[in-house]
Amino acid sequence: MTYLVKPRLLLDAAPKNALGYTKRDYEGAISTLCAGCGHDSISAAVVQACFDLDIQPHRVAKLSGIGCSSKTPDYFLGNSHGFNTTHGRMPSVLTGAALANRELIYLGVSGDGDSASIGIGQFAHAMRRGVNMTYIVENNGVYGLTKGQFSATADKGSKNKRGVVNNDTPIDLVALALQLGASYVARSFSGDKEQLIPLIKGALRHRGPAFVDVISPCVTFNNHHGSTKSYDYVREHNDAVNRLDFILPRDQIKTTYAPGSLRRIVQHDGSILLLRKLDTEYDPSDRVGAMNHLQERHAIGEIVTGLLYVDSSSEELHRYLNTVEKPLNQLGDAYLCPGSKALDALNASLR
Amino acid sequence: MKPTNIGAHDYFHKVVDCQWACPSHTPVPEYIRLIAAGRYSDAYMINWQSNVFPGILGRVCDRPCEPACRRGRVDKEPVAICRLKRVCADLKDDILDRLPRAPEKKNGKRIACVGAGPASLTVARDLAVLGYQITVFDSGTLPGGMMRSQIPKFRLPDNVIDEECAYIIDLGVEMRYEHCVGSLREMLTENWDAVFVGTGAPRGRDAELPGRKEAAAHIHIGIGWLSSVAFGHTTKIAKRVIVLGGGNTAMDCCRSARRLGGEDVKVVVRSGYDEMKASPWEKEDAVNEGIPIINMRVPKEFRHDEGRLTGVLFEIVRAEYDDKGRRSLVATGEPDELMECDEVLVAIGQENAFPWIEKDIGLQFDKRGMPVLNPVTLQSTLSPVFFGGDAAFGPKNIITAVAQGHEAAISIDHYCRGRDLLQRPPPLTRLASQKMGIHEWSYDNSVSEEARMKVPTKTLKKTLKDIKLEFETGFDPLLACAEAARCLNCDIETVFNHKTCIECDACVDICPTECITFTANGEEDDLRLRLKAPAKNHDQALYVSEMLKTGRVMVKDENICLHCGMCAERCPTGAWDMQKFFLEIAGPGVEARRT
Repeated sequence: MTYLVKPRLLLDAAPKNALGYTKRDYEGAISTLCAGCGHDSISAAVVQACFDLDIQPHRVAKLSGIGCSSKTPDYFLGNSHGFNTTHGRMPSVLTGAALANRELIYLGVSGDGDSASIGIGQFAHAMRRGVNMTYIVENNGVYGLTKGQFSATADKGSKNKRGVVNNDTPIDLVALALQLGASYVARSFSGDKEQLIPLIKGALRHRGPAFVDVISPCVTFNNHHGSTKSYDYVREHNDAVNRLDFILPRDQIKTTYAPGSLRRIVQHDGSILLLRKLDTEYDPSDRVGAMNHLQERHAIGEIVTGLLYVDSSSEELHRYLNTVEKPLNQLGDAYLCPGSKALDALNASLR
Repeated sequence: MKPTNIGAHDYFHKVVDCQWACPSHTPVPEYIRLIAAGRYSDAYMINWQSNVFPGILGRVCDRPCEPACRRGRVDKEPVAICRLKRVCADLKDDILDRLPRAPEKKNGKRIACVGAGPASLTVARDLAVLGYQITVFDSGTLPGGMMRSQIPKFRLPDNVIDEECAYIIDLGVEMRYEHCVGSLREMLTENWDAVFVGTGAPRGRDAELPGRKEAAAHIHIGIGWLSSVAFGHTTKIAKRVIVLGGGNTAMDCCRSARRLGGEDVKVVVRSGYDEMKASPWEKEDAVNEGIPIINMRVPKEFRHDEGRLTGVLFEIVRAEYDDKGRRSLVATGEPDELMECDEVLVAIGQENAFPWIEKDIGLQFDKRGMPVLNPVTLQSTLSPVFFGGDAAFGPKNIITAVAQGHEAAISIDHYCRGRDLLQRPPPLTRLASQKMGIHEWSYDNSVSEEARMKVPTKTLKKTLKDIKLEFETGFDPLLACAEAARCLNCDIETVFNHKTCIECDACVDICPTECITFTANGEEDDLRLRLKAPAKNHDQALYVSEMLKTGRVMVKDENICLHCGMCAERCPTGAWDMQKFFLEIAGPGVEARRT
């Protein structure tokens, strides 16, 4: 943590994206999280992803719940819309916002407490309804704000900072998301931005619920020997099934990998997910296979990362509900509230 | 790349760009912090230790530090280092009790210094405190050499020179004024243990053109004229004056001429404006005083009417560069231009002259008439004779003369003690953590985004009337504090410990200039391109760590680091630390010189 605001020196020389913005234009306030928190790395990855994708900051709505992770939207995209909801209620507030205005990019940021404990019902229903959003869980396995108790994602048998062993079975949010119908499911590690940034880019450009579980070590309470979410443990047990290159439709594809080792997936908007296979057997379009692989690996203490599942032809909530195309705020009062005569006519038609 | 050896004293020294660029390696950021803290006397003593003449240099130094300043690379203008130096000289308390004293008991060695300029006085200071008996010879009546005779009083008042020379003379240095040394051979018979020659470059180059002899009464050599003005022999000049030459002497000439009655004063230069030898700020000062600088004109002839100068004829030229980048001035073919004037000041260069050194005493001179010297020890081919300042390698500047004085003093000390002159003593360095608390450092690490402060001046109307009235009034404490805050504290080094790094990326994410990267190691040219912000400035080092747990290395581009310490504040394990690098140059008997 630092109190200083980043000086703006040298900004004139900083690289600019297609919109003429520098990366600093996508940053937010200075983080007040602990020094070395994995969450800050995720914030930096979001900043980089939005910069690279030339996203207009004011076309993003970032929503979060309560917790260390849910503080982070203050630390990135300082020029975007934001909503800090009550604990665990980010998914329903986001669903409401998405229904009212489908033209924004929705980014939900949550933590393992917010999504796997108090908000698990909300999480489940947002996934199964197919809300068009990117749902990032910054997963550190502990309640950092309340001095480091185990959260619901802490592995059975892992220890807390004082050496107490966790006896509860962990909730694997990736497994839940797969089961509940998320159409883009990934897991990554805050200490590996090269993997994380393309996964976030792919999620932001995905249509439908995109879920990204990011293991994010809590340096203060969960970065010790005995933890399964420490920098060292995750690095040693990281079992990446693939590496993703995210490619915008405008970009040229330049790869030098051997044929057969690559998989090319075109998303609905023309953006391309170029997957370099690390596990040649792994098929990211096979939902059941993904679930099995996850369980097998988890049983031997490995953490599966990469783009685990993607359905490029997925649909989302607006089509299921057949809602109006225009955002509600552009329809005008007369259209939204046609008056008592229209209501009478409607009622009469149903009698 | 191999891991950087931060233990080598020159690695961190190079990061402190200003100190590295300063010939006498003044610890600039350290004294600037002291100025910000209002500790002017402490700041003065740090300067005095290394550059001997802080009050003088704070007004007229050539400032090699400022073009090197990191602030100049990351912002529009460098820190006003020179004028901050003046602040500590102006605002200090009485520092007499802080000055070292010469020992009562002398060591029996007698040293003669020829010339009472900055080089000789530096030698005198460095050696007097060690017990050497120093005698300084000068043809004038006052100490200071060219600092007193060449620099106009409106830039450098006499009282500043008097004060700082007195600090040295009061160490028991014997001054023999009005003593023109006429023969080195004779001097060597007087049993000096060593002789130091600091006689400067006293001869002004003349413009041998048609009409020069006939109009001689109205054509003056710049440095001779300046010294005549300095000592009050010349008090006025004609209304229309042309100054030939583009160096700092030309700037002093034209500004002096403006103050002595010159109304239409112009500077005419062979080269283009940017290639002129004068410092940019001196050119600006001249232009601000209403003096036009006319470029690309080569003087051809002095026009006169029976000995009364009427003007100078110039050929108009343009610069052409050959394959090797060498410049030649080619006539444009336009008709020659006649500029009318009543007097001309010729300031087209200075030359060394050693008429008093006999050619047959074993002291060799090269083809250019310069003494053959060992560039490290400054010893001539006649072993007890040493050179320094402009007399050594031709005209440079005061700070270089001081630096050479230090080196010559070391050599003379070694020589007198029978030591190997090439065994140079190392500088004294310290590296210490500045951490005071979780977000607290011993220095102000927030980065100022203020523009460079302007030095207040007296009005032109007043200053053009009185040649002795100092033009600049210097920063007041508030302005000095604001300017001091612009210093980036480059001596507070980012020190990385690969053993405690957990590779959390916190430093990478927070660095405002993205100068930190964790990546696979490689050759330097390859690494420079792979960094988060490509490192294009090859003059600035890459700081490469030992291999980390993941097999990567930490690479930091020193070029654009702001020394804000945000990396260290964000580091959860203290793998980054901000440590102050302090370097004091070596001197003869370092232990005796420390106060």
